[in-house]
Amino acid sequence: MILIVAEHAGGKLAKSTLEMVTAARQSGREGPVTVLVLGQGVADVANEAARYADQVLVADLPQLANYNAEVWAAATAQIAQEGEASTVIIGGSRSGREYAPRVAVKLDAPYLEDVIQLSASGNALQAQRYTYLARVTETVEAEAPVIVVTVKPGSFAPAAPAAAAGEQYDVELDLPAPRVEVTGKSVEKSSRVALTEADVIVTGGRGVGSPENFATYVEGLADRIGAGVGATRAVVDAGWRPYAEQVGQTGKTVQPKAYIALGVSGAVQHLSGMGKSKYIVAINKDAEAPIFKVADYGIVGDVNQIVPALIEAARK
Amino acid sequence: MKILTLVRQVPDAEARVKITGQNVDLEGATLVIDGMDEYGVEEALRLREGGGGVEEIVALAVGPKRVEDALRTALAMGVDRAIHVETDQKLDPIALSRVVAQVAQAEGAGLILVGGQEADWDSQALGAATAERLGWPQLTWTNELQLEGDTLTGRHDVDDGNESFRASLPAVVTTQQGLNEPRYPTLPNIMKAKKKELRKDDLGQYGAQPAVRVVNSEIQTRARLNKMIDGKDPQAAAEQLLDLLRNEAKVIA
Ligand SMILES: Cc1cc2nc3c(=O)[nH]c(=O)nc-3n(C[C@H](O)[C@H](O)[C@H](O)COP(=O)(O)OP(=O)(O)OC[C@H]3O[C@@H](n4cnc5c(N)ncnc54)[C@H](O)[C@@H]3O)c2cc1C
Repeated sequence: MILIVAEHAGGKLAKSTLEMVTAARQSGREGPVTVLVLGQGVADVANEAARYADQVLVADLPQLANYNAEVWAAATAQIAQEGEASTVIIGGSRSGREYAPRVAVKLDAPYLEDVIQLSASGNALQAQRYTYLARVTETVEAEAPVIVVTVKPGSFAPAAPAAAAGEQYDVELDLPAPRVEVTGKSVEKSSRVALTEADVIVTGGRGVGSPENFATYVEGLADRIGAGVGATRAVVDAGWRPYAEQVGQTGKTVQPKAYIALGVSGAVQHLSGMGKSKYIVAINKDAEAPIFKVADYGIVGDVNQIVPALIEAARK
Repeated sequence: MKILTLVRQVPDAEARVKITGQNVDLEGATLVIDGMDEYGVEEALRLREGGGGVEEIVALAVGPKRVEDALRTALAMGVDRAIHVETDQKLDPIALSRVVAQVAQAEGAGLILVGGQEADWDSQALGAATAERLGWPQLTWTNELQLEGDTLTGRHDVDDGNESFRASLPAVVTTQQGLNEPRYPTLPNIMKAKKKELRKDDLGQYGAQPAVRVVNSEIQTRARLNKMIDGKDPQAAAEQLLDLLRNEAKVIA
């Protein structure tokens, strides 16, 4: 079987899970497409998953109420072993890329990380992935009875529901006790459209000048055109904006139809998170700023003057 | 307690990447310690300076001869000694974790610090794979760390925000920007580093075989329109940009 570990939140299946189903079906690897749902109170998630997969395995347990790398790895490896999985597909989220390597080690399997494309060639699995801060696309290959893969969010089209719902089975697991104790949590929620799902993103950099300007210009423009809000690391480090909005190597990877960068210099670490956007717009007062090299539309100018004009013009 | 810090060598972020044949060609590129690993080296030094009962800090690198330079930098920053497993073979992170775990065991390390994401392979796997081989817990994307006795506390980023944590040693911690500001090696320390031990190991003794083969590498260049709009008249520039977004790119209504 091809084992997919479902990503879900708030009782709903994440879009990334449907993307993994597509990756599984395209991979050419052997076996029924099986979704494993880990969590507590996940009946709805399992029902939803059954619309897309050949079968759904459900582990609805109190020990799975909260994500933990060691517990998730143990659960995934057990099911992969029992079901003789040919391929294990895990989401390329922060948590997915955190426990997937442990699964690979447990299964003594090769690990293809954060892939954007998958295809079987004979017994081998070939994958494409970005390297060198997303400046290079690498094709890698592994050949083994079982291979572990993480899939980069947004790289595959979400699967459409299958003709018939897959069967659901409850599974039993022997889980370790988590050794990392979580003593506090701060969830960063944005009232706007999620960055990784937004069609248009307006991002502010240090050139925006201040948190107040950020609200007026970046949020102002985003609200006017129905866009998500992003920020550079410099802005997040300065405490102007929450980390959840950070785009780049150590933030989110986004791929919207349009990415509008206001007062952003375009450092490689930032470009690695947004360089695959369909259209890139840059407004920067420095004509030499590296962001212009990757821009489709660029305005050399002061955000204090251009952005109010833009918000005004967008009203029409 | 001993700390093992991992040091990888990568092209400077601003260096141009070029491809020869099917592979990235580092000939002539400026090579530096991976910035993410540098946070780990710095953090090890700070844990010791903070009185955390750190007896020794050992830096480990696996790679070709030139990787020595990165180890010398770590030594000059203040690490006590270094181990270089010399090889020209490219190991994927899962294979590499086999070497790291064995060195950690042989050294009796209680804490491993490693960068959260590699600036060359863009991989986040090494810390987690090493932790699994050792049967240790891991904390990834750490941006705050304290050590008291055998207890680690701190904060790290997770999918939907960040968490404060507590865990007991031994453990693997992956580091990232924001954790600290790495120090620059001073000249006297660079001189002192020359006398510190840099042991050479043979990869053969670790039995690590790569399981992932690189078939091809290509530079990603997406042709961009590079249309520049004159910003002198903000009103006109704004109108023109909106027109392009609406009617040429068709990305907004
Ligand atoms: C390991 C590592 C990981 C990193 N990860 C990330 C990451 O995930 N995301 C990220 O963004 N960065 C990341 N960085 C940081 C990155 O290198 C840059 O420092 C950062 O992106 C710069 O942010 P900025 O463009 O907002 O600020 P700056 O570099 O300060 O640029 C500000 C820009 O605004 C322009 N400007 C100033 N005033 C105006 C005005 N009035 N009107 C118009 N333009 C104006 C300036 O010309 C300049 O180009 C990382 C760095 C490291 C070392």
